[in-house]
Amino acid sequence: MHKIGETSAQILGLAWWKWVAIILVFFSLTAGMLLDVPKLPILHETIRNLYYHVTQWFGMMIILTASLVYSIIHLAKGDRRSDIIASEAINVALFMGTLGLLTGMLWAKNTWGTYWTGDAKLNGVAMGMLVYLAYTVLRGSMDEEQKRGRVSAVYNIFAYVMFMVFIMVLPRMTDSLHPGNGGNPGFGGYDLNNNMKLVFYPAIIGWTLLGVWLINIRVRMRSIEEKRKMNFKQ
Amino acid sequence: MLQQVKTLFIKEFTLEWRNRYALNGMLLYVVSTVFVCYLSFRNVVSVPVWNALFWIIMLFASINAVGRSFIQERKGRLLYYYSLASPQAFLLAKMAYNALLMLVITFLAYAIYAWWIGDLVQDHLMFAVALVLGSTGFALILTLMSAIASKTENNMSLMAILSFPVQLPFLITLIKLSKNAVDGLDPSVSYGLISVLALIIVIVLTLSYILFPYLWRD
Repeated sequence: MHKIGETSAQILGLAWWKWVAIILVFFSLTAGMLLDVPKLPILHETIRNLYYHVTQWFGMMIILTASLVYSIIHLAKGDRRSDIIASEAINVALFMGTLGLLTGMLWAKNTWGTYWTGDAKLNGVAMGMLVYLAYTVLRGSMDEEQKRGRVSAVYNIFAYVMFMVFIMVLPRMTDSLHPGNGGNPGFGGYDLNNNMKLVFYPAIIGWTLLGVWLINIRVRMRSIEEKRKMNFKQ
Repeated sequence: MLQQVKTLFIKEFTLEWRNRYALNGMLLYVVSTVFVCYLSFRNVVSVPVWNALFWIIMLFASINAVGRSFIQERKGRLLYYYSLASPQAFLLAKMAYNALLMLVITFLAYAIYAWWIGDLVQDHLMFAVALVLGSTGFALILTLMSAIASKTENNMSLMAILSFPVQLPFLITLIKLSKNAVDGLDPSVSYGLISVLALIIVIVLTLSYILFPYLWRD
């Protein structure tokens, strides 16, 4: 099986984009704590969580989208590699989603006063986690490789679209029907200044690259496992 | 294509009619669920509770009714169908049949529910729209989920795990629409919700149509 990143230029034994991931994540962790942020009521210093919570979510969405793309490729070509990448991307996205959930809960505790509210976006996360956990259960329940690849790709595509409907369309519906009841503040309200953008966007790229790195490692683990199984059979 | 769908639809109907125990089983399932709720709740006066309870009953009933549609089919028989008709025609026939089945079950469930637990609905026309949209949407979403679950080993429990989260966006919008109808709000408030439900139905239909051909091969 071809390994991603094997061919890219290396610095000190690591592919260049892995260095970019390390540098950007550390940059966002330190600069996020040190740089100036706008002083806003209620949020105060917790606005720094924007660098971690929101960027982890963005990274997760990007990785889920990549998984969707690989599922479509798998249905079109029927190759094993895209199936493995799609499934491992979902595992990593679940991990990042958990991180985003935990940081988000801490943020909610400090601004809204409780770890969990009935907010539309929070329900969206919960639904997303359930869907993708169901995906892993679905994969686990089938042994035959070809069938598992196809069936889980179909579910992945269907689930992604439903997930998008849930987090994109529904919160807007609530707002338009019950003005002032939405309860989820948009980014426009935060008045992102340039200082914050300087950390925010690199952090998104950093987390996404870190996710890609994790996927890379897990895909390689899977291919080694499969090779060992083959050897064992012989 | 249309001819195939029609023939397969009639075939589904005839098969169901021949062994009526499955049909009777579903109806009895709804009746006993409503009865259990009636005994546990006695009478429900709060609109949100009445509304949510009804749709939760329908959610479980739909998983029971539609979940069987692919799971009960034997492998050999499926192979035979696929040699006769295109997979899309087969799927559309299943969907049409399930939608009709759910429509009947939903209206029946509402009748029993209103009789035992009480009828709080003020705008009956809008509530009927909610019932029609709800039964169609449940049927369409669950037909594809049933096709997916039938490929696995322990399919009935997986059916619930797979479909609950996927049904959520539809269910929540539906509950809002139905609550507006129960409260007797002006219909203009609900048009947005109706269009979202219709949109989800169209999305599900298109996705299933595109994805099913990848699913039926074994």
